[in-house]
Amino acid sequence: MRIWKTVPGWMMVGVMSLALACGGGGEKGGDAAEPESGEAAGAADYTTVDPAKAATVTGKIKLTGEAPAMPAINMSAEPDCKGLHQSAPPAEVVVASNGMLQNAFVWVKSGLNGKFMPSTTAVHLDQKGCIYRPHVLAVQVGQPLSITNSDPTTHNVHPLPTTNREWNKSQTGGGAPIDYPFPRQEIMIPVKCNIHPWMRSYISVVDHPFFGVSGADGSFTIKGLPAGTYTIEAVHEKFGSQETSVTVGDAESKDIELTFSAS
Amino acid sequence: MSPSVTLSPKTLNSLSPQADGEYPASRGLHRFAVFTAASTFCLIVAGALVTSRDAGLSVPDWPLSYGRLMPEMIGGVFYEHGHRMIASFVGFLTIILAVWLWLGEQRRWVRNLGWVALGAVIAQGVLGGMTVLFLLPTAVSVAHACLAQLFFSATVVLALVTSRSWNRPDMESQPRDPETGSPSLPALCVTANCAVFAQLLMGAALRHKGLGVIPHLAGAAVVAAVVFWLMARVARHYSGVPAIFSWTMALNGLVMLQLVLGAGAYWIREVTRDAVQPLWPMVGITVGHVALGALILAVSVVLTFQVRHVLGRRHESLEPQGVPVTT
Repeated sequence: MRIWKTVPGWMMVGVMSLALACGGGGEKGGDAAEPESGEAAGAADYTTVDPAKAATVTGKIKLTGEAPAMPAINMSAEPDCKGLHQSAPPAEVVVASNGMLQNAFVWVKSGLNGKFMPSTTAVHLDQKGCIYRPHVLAVQVGQPLSITNSDPTTHNVHPLPTTNREWNKSQTGGGAPIDYPFPRQEIMIPVKCNIHPWMRSYISVVDHPFFGVSGADGSFTIKGLPAGTYTIEAVHEKFGSQETSVTVGDAESKDIELTFSAS
Repeated sequence: MSPSVTLSPKTLNSLSPQADGEYPASRGLHRFAVFTAASTFCLIVAGALVTSRDAGLSVPDWPLSYGRLMPEMIGGVFYEHGHRMIASFVGFLTIILAVWLWLGEQRRWVRNLGWVALGAVIAQGVLGGMTVLFLLPTAVSVAHACLAQLFFSATVVLALVTSRSWNRPDMESQPRDPETGSPSLPALCVTANCAVFAQLLMGAALRHKGLGVIPHLAGAAVVAAVVFWLMARVARHYSGVPAIFSWTMALNGLVMLQLVLGAGAYWIREVTRDAVQPLWPMVGITVGHVALGALILAVSVVLTFQVRHVLGRRHESLEPQGVPVTT
């Protein structure tokens, strides 16, 4: 009897099919941490911008209409988390004051030419008070991202990308940092903790260094741009995206506004 | 002189336990099967809680939890590991049930159903592990959800067919008039089973983001239509057969309640869209919707078995050919 007619044969076929269909355990989608092009670029291949000619785009992210009131996060089922706050903290989905919107990711969506060297400076995402801090952050493709847990309790870190690889790792309080450089450009990747379901953060991964996140006063700054005409996009987790076009010359600074509507 | 009746060998075989006053399956086995089915229902509720609380990946490893048999039961870990503990318990019960049936049950198909249930619970465990290790792939999550419903129905059928009422049916209860409709009542019951299972499949796909809500809404309409058709048919021809009538009424009641719960689950999700989830009203209604779905499938399957059982015995008792028996 040929092997494919035997039970062990079928089992082998099944296991192999499963392996092919599902990929590696604990992670899914995308490839390993490789650059998007699949080739490691040498330093000479990267575009450099003369600091003396670098342009800057600054601006404000505004919100028209009445900002929705954010409910308090109910941590009563988790004494380890609740004890870290004097009162229940509000959700951070919409943080706005005086018509200015915080936590919008702003980036140069198009208009750039060339390839830009990833920064080697690590970006930090911390879990503190059973909340991700910051709520929105951005890194360059291949830039080190260090995730820490300052809480006394265990969290699991679970990004939900669509083009990068999904993974899920637990991290004990004060445990070793999780380091992961995202290899592909992807905007607003949700990150959640399944242990504490209110915890959510968003990571944007961009293949150049020209991006920012709006602060409490709605302001942002994008520095070091070469002269050119660019599409600037702002992305917010609830209000979607807004974009505008801006042209900057050598060493020029331009101020722009992007406005979301709460209605 | 003793009266003589003519019975087929098949009928003789099926009626012999009654004639002897014996009970083919022990009362202890039946009670154990009921306990296994009830535990399985609790397991389905626990599994639904895991999904509703988005706790499926709160334990990133499998088969151990954080490398241990008993992790710290915090947050989502309570739901995920609790689900694993109940699943292990149900698996253990199913092993005992299958072996008990193998040793103490005369009917081969019932013994085989015990082994099928055991195979299903093992497969279910593997699927559950795959959902964790492969980060909730939709196909595996849906398969895990649907196999749970089938396994629950299998345990309910085992509880049914080991019961005293199954083995001593009320032979005096007969249809009011001959059933000549098309499709036949057994075929209509099987149609209802298929419609309910397809609806569970679409519901699981909706829950695990594999499908939108429209197929599930259409499925609800189909299930309601088939079940109401079934009710009309049974009310007309089988109202005097409690084993059929009562299960049909139960099925209809559950389906109507499920329609209300389904609407409620959709409504609560919409009105709490901006809230920090999971909120207990949302969790409670959706878990109830899932659990009631499992009950509906189980009751529809029980109804199919009852119909085949009662009508089959009636037809056998009317068979013209057989061996003469002196009583």
